[in-house]
This record gives sequence, C-alpha cells and structure tokens, in this order.
Amino acid sequence: MTITGIAAIGAGLAAIGAGLGIGRIGGSAMEAMARQPEIQGKIQTSALILAAFVEAVALFGVVVALLQG
Amino acid sequence: MNLSAIRTLFLGIFLVTSFASAAQEEQTLLEEKIEEKKFDPKKMIMHHVKDAYGFHIIDINDHAISIPLPIILWTDNGLTTFMSSAFHHDYYGKVVAEKNGGKFVNYNEKIYQLDAGATALQVDAEGTPLNASKPLDISITKNVFMMWVSVLVLFLIFIGAARKYKKSENFVPKGIASFVEPLVLFIRDEIAIPMIGEKKYKRFMPYLLTVFFFIWLNNIFGLIPIVNGANLTGNIAFTMTMALFTFVITTFSGNKGYWKHIFWMPGVPVPMKIFLMPIEIIGIFTKPISLMIRLFANITAGHIIVLALMSLIFIFKTVLLAPVSVAFSLFIIVIEIVVTAIQAYIFTILSALYFGMATEEHEHH
Repeated sequence: MTITGIAAIGAGLAAIGAGLGIGRIGGSAMEAMARQPEIQGKIQTSALILAAFVEAVALFGVVVALLQG
Repeated sequence: MNLSAIRTLFLGIFLVTSFASAAQEEQTLLEEKIEEKKFDPKKMIMHHVKDAYGFHIIDINDHAISIPLPIILWTDNGLTTFMSSAFHHDYYGKVVAEKNGGKFVNYNEKIYQLDAGATALQVDAEGTPLNASKPLDISITKNVFMMWVSVLVLFLIFIGAARKYKKSENFVPKGIASFVEPLVLFIRDEIAIPMIGEKKYKRFMPYLLTVFFFIWLNNIFGLIPIVNGANLTGNIAFTMTMALFTFVITTFSGNKGYWKHIFWMPGVPVPMKIFLMPIEIIGIFTKPISLMIRLFANITAGHIIVLALMSLIFIFKTVLLAPVSVAFSLFIIVIEIVVTAIQAYIFTILSALYFGMATEEHEHH
C-alpha cells in the first residue's frame, strides 16, 4: 500500500472519530432541548461550539492526509 | 403564495444553479483537453483550489477567455511589473516572458525567474525547478483582488447603513440598514455579551463585527463559479492572518488573572502548578492555530468535494454519470452555503470566547 492509501485511511479514521463525537453532542443537545425548550438557544450555541472543537480535530487529520497524499 | 408559484420558483432556482454547475463542468473538460494527457483529478482539483494570476473564466475552441491581473515582482533589477497575460494562460512553465532584463515563467501558479543564460525551465523528476529561483512576489493575484472587492462591498454596505441612521430622526432602520441591524444585534446579543460580559464587550465589538462580515462575505465569494471560486478563506495565509489578529488581541488584552492562570494556576498543589504551566503555555498557541486550520480546512474541503464529484464524470468517461454528479454537487453547494455562515459564526464566537477568557475577573481566588 502506498503512502497515499494510508493517508486516505487515516483521514477516514479521523472522520469516524468526529462522527461519533458530533453524533453524541447532537443527540444530547436534542434531548436537552426536548426536556427544556425554554433554554433552546443557549443549548444550540454551546452544541455548535463543541461541534466545532470536535470537528477541528478531524480536520487536522484531513490536512495531514492532504499533505501526505 | 400558491403551489404553481412555488413550483416556478424552485424550477428557476434549479435552472440557475444547474447552469452554474454546467459551466464549471465544461471548463474542466476543456482544461483536460489542453493538457493532452491522462486526466489527473488531483492536479485539476489542486489547480482550482489554489490562488492564480488571473481570472480564467472559460475556454472556447482552445481560446481562453480570462481577465489578467498585474504581476509585481522585486528582482535584482528592481521592481518589475507586467500583466499576467504575458504568459498566455500557461502555467506549465513553457511560455517565457522577458521583462526588465529578466526571464520569467509561470510554473504551477508560481512565478520563477530563470537563471542567467537559461532559455527554458528545466525541472527534475519531482517537479522542482532546477535552473530558476523565486523572486519576491507581491502580485495582485485573484485572491488579493477578491479581497479588495469584498472590502469595497463591506464599505459600501456599512457606510450606506450609517448614512441611513444619520438621516432618520427616530433611529428606525430603513433600506440597507434594516438588513444590517439584525445581524449586528445578533453579534452583540448572542456572541459578544454572553462570551465577554456586559461590562467589557464594547471594546471588542468592532473587531468581532469586522471578522464576522469579512469572513462571511469572502466565503460567499468563494462559491461563485464564474470567478473560478477565488478561494480566499480556503487559503491558509489568509486564515493565518485572521487568527493572528485574534491571538494578538487576546494576548494584549489579557489581565493579571489570565496570566496567573497560565503560569501559576491558583487553587491546585505546587507539583500540579508546575505540571500545568507548559500545557497552558502550549494552549495559548493551539487556540489560534485551531482557528486557522478550522476555517481553511472547512472551506477547502467543500471546494474539493464539489470538484471531485465533477471529475467522476471524466474518471469513468461516461456522460451517464453527469446527472448524478451534478445532483450531488448541487446538494454539497447548498450545504456549503449554510457552512459559509456557520464558519463565520464559529470564528467570531471562538474569538469572543478567547477575549472573554483573557479579560475575565477572578475575584473568588
């Protein structure tokens, strides 16, 4: 397997991790919003910020894969 | 609105967007023909994502229609300026332009100056030029040009809005001001006040507003196909500059409590203080770096996906795949439109969060 193939697998693994993370954030945010609709705005803001943090880690993986591939 | 009106609207939107995608597709096809070798999707994608020395709009019968931009170089003979049309749309380093006693080539959208005595560019197996060097390049490239355009657009919008407020007697927004006001209030009430606090948010409002509108507008400009997507926010130098501003403002507005939390964390035992110090110092730098990478990678990834879907047609060499490609890239472009606003929002809110951390009052320690 070439280095490009390994880089692609690495990017895929990073995407799996981010998918799990963002899925958990989204699920919990949904539950919280259903339970307390009055603070929906606050929950949405913090969910977006947290998703951005999780996503950044996956994007580091993508950038490294791009540099290698 | 009745049903037929909605249907007409949707049809109109679809026609406009599919025309835009088709134009992009055609361009890809023609560029492949010029290259006269096996279609290399990676090369095509990277060429479209990168900065360029002119707006290459379309090729008709091998005749390129493009808008040239000035190239400004600082060479040994002093300042050298000429238009990018001197290269005749060549970016393989074949066309040599002789200006001001130097010979220049455009190789992979980088300007190289040939060494004295050389007549053509020679490259080794890896594509590194052997007999040329890069002069100091301060050209007005596609990205620089689009940045100026967006600055001009922002000036027009906000000066127009300010004039409207000056004219109206009871501060009721009219015209462009009624479009700007909700967005400005959103930044103030949803980003600045919750993140920085009621007392100190005013100092940071100009920066937060500038960052939000500048990034948003440039993200939108990056999606316009006719200018070949001047991919400004997908350029790591641009995002680095934006992140650097946030870093400098955070560092210089940091109060005593902020630095104390970095160098000598209060409320923990001494071995823990020593252990936490290097982590917190690294944390100062990872914050702007993650801001930089996030914006760059999000925008670039969106562009790459659209271009990759388009190159599927040429990889499988069948027109039957075209509807699938166009439909999928249309879907991705719609997501990208949402992402333009979300990424601008994320950059602004994280900047505000860092400013809030730097200026927070710690009375309880």
